[in-house]
Amino acid sequence: MDEVKVIEIKKSIFAENDKDADALRKELKDRGVYLLNLMSSPGSGKTTTLIKTINLLKDKLRIAVMEADIDSDVDAVKIKDATGIKSIQLHTGGMCHLDAEMTRQGLDGLVLQDCDLVVLENVGNLVCPAEFDTGSCRNAMILSVPEGDDKPLKYPLMFSVCDVVIINKTDVLPYFDFDMEKCREYIRMRNPHARVFPICARTGEGVDAFAEWLLAEVRSWKQ
Amino acid sequence: MHELGIVFYIIRDVKQAAEENGVSRVSALVMNIGEVSTVVPEYLIDCWRWAADKEDLLRGSELRINTIPAVTFCETCGKEYETVPNGKTCPFCGSGNTWLLRGNEVEIKEIEVPS
Repeated sequence: MDEVKVIEIKKSIFAENDKDADALRKELKDRGVYLLNLMSSPGSGKTTTLIKTINLLKDKLRIAVMEADIDSDVDAVKIKDATGIKSIQLHTGGMCHLDAEMTRQGLDGLVLQDCDLVVLENVGNLVCPAEFDTGSCRNAMILSVPEGDDKPLKYPLMFSVCDVVIINKTDVLPYFDFDMEKCREYIRMRNPHARVFPICARTGEGVDAFAEWLLAEVRSWKQ
Repeated sequence: MHELGIVFYIIRDVKQAAEENGVSRVSALVMNIGEVSTVVPEYLIDCWRWAADKEDLLRGSELRINTIPAVTFCETCGKEYETVPNGKTCPFCGSGNTWLLRGNEVEIKEIEVPS
């Protein structure tokens, strides 16, 4: 058998990304740009929630959106048509999440001097996006009523990295066995500090509370 | 299934380490994978085979996995317990005020190079 030499490395594969993410966050702070990383399962209503939120805030903030998907540009077009704001599409080329380097490349496609708030709509997935820090100022996620109140138990990491949990599609609550109180309790188990906003993006109910929170966040980030 | 994405990060880091150490061929790689890291060792090895064989540096190299058992610490009673059978609830005192001590690792432990 051939002799081998062992070289010790002992390095987390997330280390490089965490470094990139911290550098990006610092740069955004210096430039006064607030980046929100929005995550959820496919079909939970990310794009509709964004449209309603942007329409409430677009007179107060300069907003841009980066849509990350494996393929297509349907979301970017939809956002642009419904709100008139700048929206760009990122393709992850098959990857199930965005990392800090990909986020930076996306931001290069925007004119940051013209932005107060950039929302990154991450790939629809409750697993991988939670593991990779994108460099955002805050993480938010949307859980929709049809997905079930037990999701914080099944996808613990996602709920523990999110500062905000939006519970969407409250208009269909009467038709599903979704227990709002139980869901809040499960979220608290994962993350006692998470803010919870029940909304219905289709009718706009509750979206104003989330928009107010976001406006306050952006203003305090820019100070 | 996100192991292929993880493999791309591993390859990037191994390439960097090889360059720093003046290595032109890697024969094996040892990873520390935590029990609750959400990485499935079998899938990681399959993805490694597919992706590593496309790189001159790594062609034919073996990926070995060192599993790190998951251990959680209870803030309330100060004890440590096995995470996998108990989850977030302490089996000694029933508290949920607990946090993971280890078991979340996805790290490159070492590489082996032919001497």
